[in-house]
Amino acid sequence: MDVGKDKLLEMYRSMQRIRHFESKIRDLAMANEIPGFVHVSIGEEASATGVCAALRKTDRITSTHRGHGHLIAKGGRLDKMMAEIYGKRGGYCKGKGGSMHIVDFSLGILGANGIVGAGLPIATGSALASVITGRDDVTACFFGDGASNEGTFHESLNLAAVWKLPVVFVCENNGYGEFTPMQTVTSVKDIAVRAKAYDIPGYIVDGNDVIEVYKYATEAVARARAGEGPTLLECKTYRWEGHVVGEQAFLGEEAYRKKSEVEEWKRKCPIIRFQQWCIEGGGKISEAELKQIVTETEKELEDAIAFARSSELPAASEVTDDVFA
Amino acid sequence: MPQLNFIQAINSALAEEMERDPLTFLMGEDVILGAFGATKGLIDKFGATRVRNTPISEAGFVGAAVGAAMAGTRPICEVEFASFFYCAFDQVCNQAAKLRYMSGGQARLPITFRAVFGAMGGAAAQHSETVYAQFLSVPGLKLVVPSGPADMKGLLKSAIRDDNPVIVFEHGALGRLKEEVPAGDHLVPLGKAAIKRAGDNVTLVAIGAMVPKAMKVADKLAKENISVEVIDPRTLIPLDEETILNSVAKTNRIAVADEGHLRGGAASDIAAIVAEKAFDSLDAPVKRVASLDVPIPFSPPLERAAVADEARIEAAIRELVGH
Repeated sequence: MDVGKDKLLEMYRSMQRIRHFESKIRDLAMANEIPGFVHVSIGEEASATGVCAALRKTDRITSTHRGHGHLIAKGGRLDKMMAEIYGKRGGYCKGKGGSMHIVDFSLGILGANGIVGAGLPIATGSALASVITGRDDVTACFFGDGASNEGTFHESLNLAAVWKLPVVFVCENNGYGEFTPMQTVTSVKDIAVRAKAYDIPGYIVDGNDVIEVYKYATEAVARARAGEGPTLLECKTYRWEGHVVGEQAFLGEEAYRKKSEVEEWKRKCPIIRFQQWCIEGGGKISEAELKQIVTETEKELEDAIAFARSSELPAASEVTDDVFA
Repeated sequence: MPQLNFIQAINSALAEEMERDPLTFLMGEDVILGAFGATKGLIDKFGATRVRNTPISEAGFVGAAVGAAMAGTRPICEVEFASFFYCAFDQVCNQAAKLRYMSGGQARLPITFRAVFGAMGGAAAQHSETVYAQFLSVPGLKLVVPSGPADMKGLLKSAIRDDNPVIVFEHGALGRLKEEVPAGDHLVPLGKAAIKRAGDNVTLVAIGAMVPKAMKVADKLAKENISVEVIDPRTLIPLDEETILNSVAKTNRIAVADEGHLRGGAASDIAAIVAEKAFDSLDAPVKRVASLDVPIPFSPPLERAAVADEARIEAAIRELVGH
């Protein structure tokens, strides 16, 4: 599959936006500048980016508690995301959702979700809505290895398979459910094999190779759009940071994984890998062009923080707004 | 006006609303066949795309209804027995109820859930529970409990047109009850109580299947010149507090009859509202008539012992007028 230059640059920008945003969020959380707890996806930029690059604007996604990356990859605005994480009125959800619950319906982002596995049936229903309305919009559903042990995973794959719904299930297997190694609580080595139980295609994908993710996602999206039903993609990846920012304060260092393991995965950085491919491999892109994207991203992030800081906190009187339509 | 039973009223409401709005569709366990008859024949009118049997997979299909609603359709989702909601609690309480609020008003969740509930004779605890109290303290849901065919039709039609998640609880013992149902586009607004019978001595708020029982008790006591005002709130959220409080201001006595359990139930909730807001009007303590705090038993004499009935309603009213 030949990936055009515009698409490559778009994916590079997406990965940089995620990395910059998430790194900043980690720093802000450590500095106690933002309330609540945050889960960042540094190291997992390729799976979010590769999948969303295969979608069009009217396609929809569902995401997880570790959702910033997915939303950014689907086109989410950094300023409104940042303001939401600050709990400000100018945020995507007027400060009612926070880090784990950002939504942008205009971009088909049905939302991050604080409940592990909750997005699977929601994505399945979103795909059902395409069938009911006679549209060919596809829904991509992000979830982790942990969610694949939830009943909703199995119920959703079955339902989507029975009804041949236009949904792509994307498991980002980062090796840990919270602080528990995936292999100690999961009956299979590869989540992708679970597709077999529902008679749908399942593929193991190198989740740190954005081009490979993009290729598999493009094929799965095409199947879905053609009415051939769901696909399960398992993107093998790794989260560089902990489950939740600041966890060392209560867990200590190396409580459940070795630093050497983290370092090993950092050497497989999806951004550096893609960058090298763009310049030296098949990308035919100059270093200057990529640098320009980084510079623009830094500026976008600075503006986002300024927007969030200057946005007002919600008034107490807004507490009863939006319970009902 | 046609005479319809509860089940026919549901069927007629579904057919009319599905005819009216192509974005509506029906999904749930055995809706093609219509396990209790309520959805019978709809497949012939609306086809297989809009009438869908789901697997017995409540978390999956209730969650799918949430996603389908968020993506622009108006699902009517049947959960065969209301106790099965326990299998889909996250999808109802964490997702359907909260996503509008959590998204700052972006999400619209026009979902109608339908479920049969209540003691209907030998179904035992996992098929007989009155479960709406479990949803009373989950903001974001509307709760509808019709007591007869005419309200059933009008409330269900309003629920389907509502842009929020609404659960319509259909008491299983009311299925054969027949009454006249207004022809045409009969709508009953959510949040408006019905004064089923006017009276001066005691207010009797009755919910769902307690309404026909309350009416019988009121008829009986009228012969002794005890005048009972029977109010059917029809929807628990929103609750028409005004109608209840106005009645108490007149009668100065109130009993609340509900088939749910006493602790944390709908009767307790309404009693607390009255005690707080109408204390100065009361000449007697608020009485609650509810089912015992035991799982609803299987064997008929045990079931009768557990579930609130006419005798207990009558005893409560007599106690109130004795004050």
